[in-house]
This record gives sequence, structure tokens and C-alpha cells, in this order.
Amino acid sequence: MYPLDWLEERSGLVGAVKYFLFRKVPGDVNWFQTLGSATLTAFLVQAITGVVLAMYYKPDPDAAYESIKHITNDVTLGWLVRGMHRWGASLFIILMFFHMARVFLFGAYKYPRELNWIIGVLLLILGMLEGFTGYLLPWDQTAYWATVVGINLNGTGPIVGPFLSSILRGGAEIGPDTLARYYSIHMLILPAAIIALISLHLYLVIRLGVTSPPWSKTAAGSPWVEEEEEEEPARKGLVQPQPRNGGRA
Amino acid sequence: MDQDPIGHQPEHPPGQSVWPIGFAIGIACILVGLVISWWVVAIGAAITLVFGFLWIMDLSGHPVGGSGAPPAEPAVPGPSGTARHHAAQPTSRSGFLSLATLALGGLIGALVTIPPLFVAMIPPFLKQGKKPVDLGPLDLYPLNEWRIVTFRLVPNEGAVWNRTAYIRYNGPTKSGPSFTIISNRCAHLGCPVQPLGLIQKSQSKEIQSVNLEPVRTTPVIAVSGFSCPCHGGAYDTEGNRTAGPPVRALDRFQYAIVKGRLVLGTMYSVAHVDGTGKDAQIQKHKLFGPGQHVDGWEQIFYPFTPPS
Repeated sequence: MYPLDWLEERSGLVGAVKYFLFRKVPGDVNWFQTLGSATLTAFLVQAITGVVLAMYYKPDPDAAYESIKHITNDVTLGWLVRGMHRWGASLFIILMFFHMARVFLFGAYKYPRELNWIIGVLLLILGMLEGFTGYLLPWDQTAYWATVVGINLNGTGPIVGPFLSSILRGGAEIGPDTLARYYSIHMLILPAAIIALISLHLYLVIRLGVTSPPWSKTAAGSPWVEEEEEEEPARKGLVQPQPRNGGRA
Repeated sequence: MDQDPIGHQPEHPPGQSVWPIGFAIGIACILVGLVISWWVVAIGAAITLVFGFLWIMDLSGHPVGGSGAPPAEPAVPGPSGTARHHAAQPTSRSGFLSLATLALGGLIGALVTIPPLFVAMIPPFLKQGKKPVDLGPLDLYPLNEWRIVTFRLVPNEGAVWNRTAYIRYNGPTKSGPSFTIISNRCAHLGCPVQPLGLIQKSQSKEIQSVNLEPVRTTPVIAVSGFSCPCHGGAYDTEGNRTAGPPVRALDRFQYAIVKGRLVLGTMYSVAHVDGTGKDAQIQKHKLFGPGQHVDGWEQIFYPFTPPS
């Protein structure tokens, strides 16, 4: 198609999308391996509903709760956007845990995917921090006391505990500054970090390829069921083997 | 050349070096100095830079004060036992330029990111000045009667500063009227503790403090103690822990009598209270957060507290 060719000649993006869509994956991939994409979708839902909520939410202690009531009751479909964001948060965390369990049980964290696992763990921590900071934003009794208890939980850690809780609170007590601080963290710092890490996570998945499930006959390490010896067995886990520096010479 | 099935290139394991130890000591000095004094931070930073520089020189094959020869045995046996060319080579122009670019870029990056991080993290470490809180005239607090008192800890900043204390007037002593003023924040994780008694909501009174903030007092009779609904911590009428996960007694407020009115001072933590009422012996400590031990062997976990 001409528009696509025009774009491809000037940017190479169409080729990149084709590479992504038509890359090789093992023939015996399992439905559990869609959990990662499901988590990504949940995150995208959170991002989009979060942007819409940010258009109406007021992060001032005197106006926060009222703005949430306004969103829920007055704004068109505001109740839906707020509900999706609130339930989507739980869904995001749950899917992350399922995805993590799947990766672990399939052994998909092993060489050469260790870095991807580390990034995944960081994403888990950031996701939980998103939940923690977002929980305070409605500024009602549940939000306040849950945050008090959550911060004090951190404070019981040895040696650094008291300082950690002080940093989380933005002082010795939860106050108006705490709300502004959490809003900034929740919608600026953490989403930026999460998006950056997800991009890296996806890049590594595309580069390193998708693994077969552990019950697969053609999984890495097991000898080919038939034939030729032109590929060394240890390379079978890599669907798109990238020759390393020095190659085989 | 040796080759493993994946086609590893022969590795150059880093030369053995003692400088990381000094680097680590420097980092530790910086962290300790953040708590104790800025001079210690400066010393720690200097140590870190010096040892970091020496370490990098070692890694790049130009060890300061030593030969460039590799050690006899690598620290971790690598897949290849082949000879390593580890001789120190003079730095090429491109090598120097790339190193300089990275170093300069790193410096600029640090200059841009570290001050905002500092600004974001510094408030907890600054001294928090708290003003005394006026709680109304002394006749609001009859002898040996408990009152639930709700007040604003900081004036003019809204309801987020609402706090509650349980106050009982114990009678006069040589050094002035004796009050038991117990904070309602549980010593386990900070949930609001409830009085075990009959709360007489109908006799609740609200007055204005000298800062024009509302102060509400509600009588509660037949108080046998306090308990926390969150995780079941229980306390007696002096705030001592009697059951549950709290790690110490309830915190208390210092107080003063100014022009016939009760005025609240700073909060402090209590390990234990012996005796009751006027004759209570209170083991006072600096204010700690919930869940942090002030006595017993676990107190070694909480050597420092941020200023409060």
C-alpha cells in the first residue's frame, strides 16, 4: 500500500511492526503465556482511566474528596472510569502475580532471560508502590488510616525504618504535603518508571524470543527428535539466536 | 582458543583489588553522616571518591602503585583457561575522549538529578517545630473523670490535623495539677485506639481554642482501659500494654497550665508506667513511631529517630 510504503521509506516503522507481528514463536506455546499481555493491557487501562481521572481530580486536602464525589456522581460516565481504575488496580496486581508465577513455573527466567526477570521484579515493586500511593488520593477515612498503617509498617524495619517512614510521609505526620507528594509520585514518577521498564521488558522479550512450555518436546536442552546436527542443542531455547561477539570462530 | 558450546569469548575477569573495601567504607560513612553530621558526609564523600578512583584505575589495567600483571589464579574459574592479554596499554585518544564524555555526562546528570532528589527527601530530616495546643479552661476537666478530647494539632491547615487524646485530671500535686494525657494512636501500627467505657455523646461540649480552632470534649465513664480495633491491642488506664501486638505503652503528651488553660506540648513515647494517676512513674523516651521498640533487646533495631 502506498501510504505504508511512504512511511516505511521515511522511518522504517512499518518494517519494525511487521518484524514484531511475524516474528517466530514456538509452535507449542500455551495460553498461560498470554498473562504478560494481559498485565500490559491492565496497565494501559489504568493509564488511560488515570489520565481521565486526573482531568477532574483536585489534589488539595480540602477539595480532594469532593472532586472524587463529583467524578462519581456528576461527570458523564465518571462512575465507570473511576470504577475501572479502582478495580483495574487490583486486576493489574493480580495479573502481575499470575504472570510472575507462570514465568517461574515455566523456567522462563533462566539464561538468557535473567535480566528480564530482574526487570519484572522491579516492575512488581513499582506496581505495588503505585497502588500504595494511589490509595491515599481519595482522602477519606479508609485512605488516611490505610496509609497511616502502611507507612508505620515500613517504619518497623530495623535501623532505616524510622527514616523510611518519615520519607514516605514527607515529614513526621501525614499532612497536606503528603497528599501532594503522593499525587506527584503516583502520576508522574511511577508511571514514567513503569513505562520505561515495560518498554525494556518488551524489547527483551522480542529480542530473546518466547520459550516453549516445560513439557514441550522441542524445549531447549533436549535433543532433536529427528535429524540433522547443524544447530547445537543448547541454542534451541533461543528462537531467534543472536550470534554473540566472536561467534563461533 | 578454548571454546564452550555457546561460543564465549575468552573473558577478562577484573583484577583483584582492595580498593572496593575503601569505597564501601566511604559509602557507609556518607549514610551514617546523613544522620549524625554533615562533616561526616563530607569525609565519607572524599573517601568514596578517592577509593572509587583507585578502583577504576585497577579495573582499567593501570593499577596505582602496583604492576599491571594479572594475578596467578582468577577469583572465579572461568570457562576459558587461555592466556589473557592483560598488559597495561597506554590510553588511546579515542579511549580518553569516550571516558571523558561519559564522565562529563555523568557529572551533568548527577548535577541535574541529585538536588531535586535531595529536596524531595530532606523534609523528614528537618526539625519540625510544633506549637503548643490550647485545650480549654481547666474546669472542662473534672477530677478523676476521663474526657475524649479532639483538637487540631496544627492551626489553620484543615481537618487533616485532627487528633484525639484521652485526658484525665488526677488532682493537685506539689508541682501543679496532674493530668494523664494519652494519645489515641496505637503503639502497634497507629490505628485509633478506643476507650473501654460508656461514651456519653450527649454531654459532648465544643469550645474554641485561643487559635480559634475547635476543641471537643466528650465524657466517658467507667473506663477500664483502651483497646485497638485493628489488630486487638489492649491497654490499661495508664496506657500500659496488657495484650496484643503493641510493642510498648501508649504515647503521651507533655502539658502545661497557661493562664488557667490546659496546653499540650510535645508527644513522647513511653516504655512502661508504674503506679497510677498522680503517683505514676512514667518511663519516658523520645517520640518513636508505632511498632518501634524503646526498651528490651529489640531496641538495638531502632538506634536513630528522625527529628520530630
